[in-house]
Amino acid sequence: MTYEACIGLEVHVQLKTRSKMFCACSAEIGEAPNTHVCPVCLGYPGAMPSINRKAVELTVLTGLMVGARIGARSKFDRKSYFYPDMPKNYQISQYDQPLCIGGDVAIDWEGGEKRIALTRIHLEEDVGKSTHFTGASGVDFNRAGVPLMEIVTEPVIASPEEADAFLQALRQMVRYAGVSDGNMEQGNIRCDVNCSLRPQGETQLGSKAEIKNLNTFKGVLAALRYEIRRQTDVLESGGRVAMETRRWDGESGTTASMRSKEEAHDYRYFPEPDLMPISLSHEEQAFLKTHVPELPRARRRRFCGEYGLPEYDSDVLTADRAVADYFEAVARASANPKASSNWMMTEMLAKLSETGRSIDETPMKPRALADLIAMVDRGAINMPTAKTLFAVLFEKGGDPAALVEADGLGQVEGASEIESMARRAVAEHAKSAADYRAGKSAALQFLVGQVMRQSRGRAHPQKAAEALKKILEGDKSDRF
Amino acid sequence: MDVSSITLGEALTGLDRGDWSAENLVSALLDRIAARDAMVNAFLNVDAEAALAQARAADEQRARGETGRMLGVPVAIKDNLNVQGQTCTCASRILDGYRAPYDATVVARLRKEGAIFLGRTNMDEFAMGSSTEYSSRGPTRNPRNPDCVPGGSSGGSAAAVADGMALAALGSDTGGSIRQPAAFCGCVGLKPSYGRVSRYGLTAFASSLDQVGPLTRSVDDAARLFGVLAGADVRDATTVDVAVPGPDACRREDLKGVALGLPREYFAEGLAPDVRASVMAAVDACRALGADVREVSLPHTEYAMAAYYIVAPAEASANLARFDGVRYGYRAPDAISPLDMYCQTRSSGFGPEVKRRIMLGTYVLSSGYYDAYYLSAQKARTLIRNDFIAAFRECDAILTPTTPTAAFRMGEKTDDPVQMYLADIFTATANLAGICALSLPCGVNADGLPLGLQAMGPAFKEENILGVASALENAWGGPQGWMERRV
Ligand SMILES: [Zn+2]
Repeated sequence: MTYEACIGLEVHVQLKTRSKMFCACSAEIGEAPNTHVCPVCLGYPGAMPSINRKAVELTVLTGLMVGARIGARSKFDRKSYFYPDMPKNYQISQYDQPLCIGGDVAIDWEGGEKRIALTRIHLEEDVGKSTHFTGASGVDFNRAGVPLMEIVTEPVIASPEEADAFLQALRQMVRYAGVSDGNMEQGNIRCDVNCSLRPQGETQLGSKAEIKNLNTFKGVLAALRYEIRRQTDVLESGGRVAMETRRWDGESGTTASMRSKEEAHDYRYFPEPDLMPISLSHEEQAFLKTHVPELPRARRRRFCGEYGLPEYDSDVLTADRAVADYFEAVARASANPKASSNWMMTEMLAKLSETGRSIDETPMKPRALADLIAMVDRGAINMPTAKTLFAVLFEKGGDPAALVEADGLGQVEGASEIESMARRAVAEHAKSAADYRAGKSAALQFLVGQVMRQSRGRAHPQKAAEALKKILEGDKSDRF
Repeated sequence: MDVSSITLGEALTGLDRGDWSAENLVSALLDRIAARDAMVNAFLNVDAEAALAQARAADEQRARGETGRMLGVPVAIKDNLNVQGQTCTCASRILDGYRAPYDATVVARLRKEGAIFLGRTNMDEFAMGSSTEYSSRGPTRNPRNPDCVPGGSSGGSAAAVADGMALAALGSDTGGSIRQPAAFCGCVGLKPSYGRVSRYGLTAFASSLDQVGPLTRSVDDAARLFGVLAGADVRDATTVDVAVPGPDACRREDLKGVALGLPREYFAEGLAPDVRASVMAAVDACRALGADVREVSLPHTEYAMAAYYIVAPAEASANLARFDGVRYGYRAPDAISPLDMYCQTRSSGFGPEVKRRIMLGTYVLSSGYYDAYYLSAQKARTLIRNDFIAAFRECDAILTPTTPTAAFRMGEKTDDPVQMYLADIFTATANLAGICALSLPCGVNADGLPLGLQAMGPAFKEENILGVASALENAWGGPQGWMERRV
């Protein structure tokens, strides 16, 4: 019998806010343990939460991006369970009235598009981080109370690869909107998955296993592949898949049972009495709608159409919102999208990966690159000069025209100037001149190189070749 | 100056006139505490040196011409309110060693007005109780009769004020914890409307019911403190920004044009004859002052106790989950695992009544029981709130007894939790409905025990109930007039 997988994801995305979800502490991760803490996020007696409005806005913005319905009235609930890294031993989360309901995320799938339906998006607080030493354990509460947006999909994902495509698309989207840094290594995105199998064609869902502790996209992929194999083996040997929570062990590449359905936590949800329900007015929603960015997929299509870029180039240029914004600024200012795309695809991306910088870290303004392109277009500088200039601009910024002026890098325009340099090249390299005259046309390239050297790269190679030919062939005609 | 009888208002007048200094006041109160508190046990902790230093600072400020609505006034603080640097144990072993790293908003507001923090008052552990017998540090006794309880859970605050060991005190009221001890000890106790006073820094018992309020020797004192404590706070999202009436707006000479409601459900069987007689005499006094007294009905009152004992423990079960030995307070030694640490710490750190309520609350929130208990209780709560809204269309305030009986004897109800719970039967409704209510001493019974009149008012209409209480107090010859009204 063949089985099909039904996979659902619960993705936790750390929101890009300055302060924590319910207190004024910094949400920055990576500081010395327990330095970003206060009575609220440490769960001290009497401390009370206040809602971080920015976190609510970012969550609603995400909801608007995926076409979710924004709940008319949303509330927070307490989710109770004891764990040393949870200061209050309850987590403030959202149970039955999340901020966003429904919506979907489009992914590229098998040459077309597939839409992954979302159940909901809600807001909650992160917990601390336990570290175990010999004979003792420590908890760092810097992360406790950091805002997390939980995105829950329907169990409609059919394969581990599809789950991976969904996560990539989701990460790109939240980065695009500035909702999250989406950095996996820093734990900005974490994921729980649930997975069940059913015979092909069956409509009822099989019994599912939940897998926790997936901190990388690769881990999700590997864990799902393993889990599908495991469940297939169970079913094929006539067994039944247990409803349970399993833990992924990245080292061994296996999942192991954490707790059965019977041992499942009873979270005893009830409405958080310390916070008032949230309702976003139509004005607030309308305002947030104006902040919904063009999503990567739409932008990619537009780049192909509007700028006539090949699909591959559009894909590369839209992967990062800042890069795409930069490209568009250059393309519009230079009115030469093809050249803009070439410069971005080659020089810019190479420099960025070489230096490990992001595009907003270079002092070179899009306007400068546009000017550079225009100067090449009208022949004011040649390509080698332009590339040298690009490197300077990338490091130091500034105005390319002024740099050319200052360094005398302008193209050598005067025919007489080129001619005199060509004569000198011919005179100094008689052997090459003779070779050319003898029919070795390759010798011309060497002489062009000599002209370029004399001009310190400012001569137009085409013009140099013409001048050389004229001299060499002129000589030849003289002789006859 | 006799600190055992002057009011907070008189103390301020004396300070203004230079009749005495804040240091004089604090010294006199410390003497009184030294003489009396071994018997009463109202205070868990008195830092005499710190209080005297604060008093001297207040005197210097006054000498420099600085002002403050509470400048130089010593106030006792219930042990569940955080005062920076002080212990705050909630009379529980589980908070042994905890020192507050911050001021509760009410404490900060008092501090800003120049108040002096005299000491920490005893209470039922985590405010769960009606007699201050459930304290890890021993019970407080009723200063009017040491064989009787002072009420609870703010029993230490009520006893300290009634016995002259503090001019005023802060308490907290979840189901009657300010008003019931005020009635038992003979002082004024005000529970403000829900959302009126910030709960930030009040160690939470039941978040949707808790309010901080004053216990004082006069109605005017309660109004003065209320004026300082009340007002919206960004740190407590449940506070509401409604203009706070000043003491003058809370004062009335007569009750002409005031409609008062008597809910028949509160005068049913089970009400002690002495309480009934005293309250009815107070009602007559209101009529004599010109009030229009009419009967009203609060038909869903019978569901109040059941709703209260579901909602309060449910919220408490989550609120008290944080006391786990991980970050502060008591931690059981020799635990072998995190689970073992929780179990041992909480088993030996909490007293029996707290554990009972945590178990009750955990049970009613459990999967499969939520709808039957918590949701039903919330629906009952809405009905009770609507009862009050309807009743307040007919009257400006509602008068009832504060308690069904005068102070009961120590040990009388500790073995019967349900009997103890019923001590809050007339007071818990105001918490469930979110309205304001106060208890005013209205007489003494044959045993010399004080009796309390409860005035309940619409949400954010504290001036209504303070107005009625001030007119009565005035008619009875001032703050101590009730002592002469024997039944
Ligand atoms: Zn904090």
